[in-house]
Amino acid sequence: MSDNKYTFKDFKSDQEVRWCPGCGDTAVLMSVQKAMAELDHKKEDYAVISGIGCSSRFPYYMNTYGFHGIHGRAGVLASGVKTANPKLSVWQITGDGDALAIGGNHFIHEIRRNINLNILLFNNQIYGLTKGQYSPTSLFGQVTKTSPYGTVEQPFHPGELVLGAQGKFFARTIDTKVKETTDILIKADKHVGTSVVEILQNCVIYNDGAYNNITSKETRDDNQIWLEHGKPMLFGKDKQKGLIVDGMKLRVVHLSDRISEENILVHDAHEPDPSLHLALINMRVGLGFPVAFGIIRQVEAPAYDQLIEQQIEEVKSKSKIKNMDDVLNSGSTWVVE
Amino acid sequence: MAKKIIEVDEVVVKFAGDSGDGMQLTGTQFSDTSALLGDDISTFPDYPAEIRAPVGTVGGVSGFQLHFGKIVDNPGDFCDVLVAMNPAALKANIRWVKDGGTIILDTDSFTDKNFAKAGFQQENLKEIYQDFNVIQAPMTTLTKETLVNSGLDNKSMVRSKNMFALGMVYCIFDRPLNYTEKFLDKKFVKKPNIAESNKKTLRSGFNYAVTIHAMPSYRVHSSNSLEKGRYRNMNGNTAAAWGLLAAAEKANLPFFLGSYPITPASEILVEISLRKDLGAKSFQAEDEIGGIVTAVGASFAGNLAATSTSGPGLALKSEAIGLAVITELPLVIVNVQRGGPSTGLPTKTEQSDLFQALYGRNGESPVPVIAASTPSNCFDYAFEAGKIALEHMTPVLLLTDGFLANGTEPWKIPSMADMPVIKHKIKPKGEGEYLPYKRDPETLAREWAIPGTEGYEHRVGGLEKMDLTGNVSYVPENHELMTKYRADKVQNLENVFPELKVEGDEDADLLVIAWGSTYGHITTAVRELNKEGCKVAHAHFNYINPLPKNTADVFGKYKKHLVCEMNLGQFAGYLDMKHPKFEYHKFNKIQGLPFTVVELKEKFKQLTGKN
Repeated sequence: MSDNKYTFKDFKSDQEVRWCPGCGDTAVLMSVQKAMAELDHKKEDYAVISGIGCSSRFPYYMNTYGFHGIHGRAGVLASGVKTANPKLSVWQITGDGDALAIGGNHFIHEIRRNINLNILLFNNQIYGLTKGQYSPTSLFGQVTKTSPYGTVEQPFHPGELVLGAQGKFFARTIDTKVKETTDILIKADKHVGTSVVEILQNCVIYNDGAYNNITSKETRDDNQIWLEHGKPMLFGKDKQKGLIVDGMKLRVVHLSDRISEENILVHDAHEPDPSLHLALINMRVGLGFPVAFGIIRQVEAPAYDQLIEQQIEEVKSKSKIKNMDDVLNSGSTWVVE
Repeated sequence: MAKKIIEVDEVVVKFAGDSGDGMQLTGTQFSDTSALLGDDISTFPDYPAEIRAPVGTVGGVSGFQLHFGKIVDNPGDFCDVLVAMNPAALKANIRWVKDGGTIILDTDSFTDKNFAKAGFQQENLKEIYQDFNVIQAPMTTLTKETLVNSGLDNKSMVRSKNMFALGMVYCIFDRPLNYTEKFLDKKFVKKPNIAESNKKTLRSGFNYAVTIHAMPSYRVHSSNSLEKGRYRNMNGNTAAAWGLLAAAEKANLPFFLGSYPITPASEILVEISLRKDLGAKSFQAEDEIGGIVTAVGASFAGNLAATSTSGPGLALKSEAIGLAVITELPLVIVNVQRGGPSTGLPTKTEQSDLFQALYGRNGESPVPVIAASTPSNCFDYAFEAGKIALEHMTPVLLLTDGFLANGTEPWKIPSMADMPVIKHKIKPKGEGEYLPYKRDPETLAREWAIPGTEGYEHRVGGLEKMDLTGNVSYVPENHELMTKYRADKVQNLENVFPELKVEGDEDADLLVIAWGSTYGHITTAVRELNKEGCKVAHAHFNYINPLPKNTADVFGKYKKHLVCEMNLGQFAGYLDMKHPKFEYHKFNKIQGLPFTVVELKEKFKQLTGKN
């Protein structure tokens, strides 16, 4: 517990939450409020920044400083806030349309710069607020309002993009898993640099059950693997299944006399080489794998905003220019008598 | 042979050569030396969009024009002296030399091959010899002879020939060499041999002109119009960047620029990037939208934030300007106009973004628009833009253009102590309840609460806001109320904007109306016509939205109204909407070039019936 002694209720705004009943966003709101209550920041030092979409209404429901931006621009809005005032804890709320379609360019550059903020990517594989068109993460062949005969587009896998943009922190979680999500969000905030948390979020109206093959009671044990740094990659009902590397590829194995826990891969989130993290990110049920959750990658690197502050201090200490009068009188000048 | 001396009040010189010939540096040296002698100066560089266009072609000609003397308001239409380093430079500029003017040629470059590259004939040269005073100098050969014992290789020797040309021009205008000599010592402090060679070549050029009795020789009457004080040369982009920094310092706020490189505005980003010593932050975003939205974020976080761009970039920023309008956050958008539409003429000047600045957004989205009118007053209007933004909680659009951005003039350095006070709207900590959309009854500006301040947590955003609370609101009457508040807040600026002033002959029938960068040329044209007894007055607008309060009163004093602008008549159309009782004649130029004083005078005379 922090000294601030906040509870999640301190982070609730007086505005009525207007997401659809049963929407996964409501659970994420709870996770964020709980994480903020546990972290060490003062309430006034949080800034919740969003773009456009269902999830982007988030700042209105938070009793913190907040900014509901324009479509696709959450990343640059948050980058501006953090760069201008690095003391703030900046939380960017964005969706698969906001971050990966209209805001795709900002998303990759923000990660490349490694600005010290948290990106909560609500991935529901659909456009909800505009009532059901396919998104950049909708599955190939998915039937939606704008793909009545099925999409003919390959979806983005957000984690792949994050790693391609040299991302240093990537985690995946599920909207309804409040405890796990809260824990991941706390770690994401403590990580210095851009932390991307992909939240598989169920849209009850336009894409209900999109993640049923991962989250339902029947499938969840076999189709989820929760990774923890330093722990073996085990899953299944009695943790009887695990992952090993076979050649260049991951393989699912069953523990037996021949394969003990010692043969199973131990998760190293801190490994700078992204190869194995990429393989873990790309595991999918259709390919015979469980989907990886938890903090998949967490590598230390200097953050953009820190480097800017350092550079300012260095230049300030060396420069003869201390104020605008110095600037105005610098270089070649002459006097008219 | 007696040396012919021409006494003049002002003179125009143009240095033209290949992109690699060092003409910008040569011109700047001449300009700086003249400035030290007390001349009033205006300069304008003219260079190709291509970084290294093919050598010797007209497309690769780089020019630097300067106008100096007693009173100078523009870089001049036609030059008295042209230095042409090759046939292409001559071909590109011959139409800009005054009848009977002097042309200095590097004859070594006038080879058959170079004529062919320029698409110019030896025959053309013969005509030029008849119509102009041509001074032929084998500059390349003489430079090499000068440096024969320097130990430099051929290429390095030839590179110094611009100093030979500069030396010759210094002689013709009887200028001292010491400023440039000092400059060379400083520039090549680590390469004393190069410094020495350049200085030697400079003197050699000077002496050569003495020896050949290069004629005519000019005696330019120095300016006595400049106020006492310390001066520097200033271009519009540096001035705009410094004006923004000055506003931040005056308001005691950190400064943030979110931007994306674009011609001809990039130097603003470059200048701000240098100023880490002042703690200024420059964010080179991945695109124009990123440039402005990071600035909106920085503004929310409590910085004086700005973005800089040119026309195509302004188009991309439209939605985000609307975001700053509805969130009522301070923001300065500097638009350095260039020829359009689309990519248009990136390196050429135009005033055709006025409608985009005024109206280029969705919804009722009022933004104050102001325009600089000289290179150095880009400083004042950038400062002013910051002041308006911070005191009235609004995005402000500052219009400059390529002509102002790259042009230079001497500028009396202001003291920060003399700059106007800026009172930002930040609500100090611990002052009770914060209502994001509670307004100052007079200005209608809301208060600004900065993240990190205890107790003022609030949300802003692009959805319509409830009056006072800032909560999302779809209440019909509230939307109308907020729309009117935003409009009135901007319109109310007419109460703080200075009144429109008139220059020239107040008894005139004809009022010349203009805005922005046409100021210098129009001022000269009006002054000269007034001297000639032709009654013309000039009203120049720096404040465009809202217009100065006395605009109609001023217009009412004149019978004829002529609006001059470098577009198809946008300001005239705007005036027609705001003040429809006047008939606006139009004079427009859309060639990527400023008006010439000659064509302005002709038009004014025509309208005054004095032609």
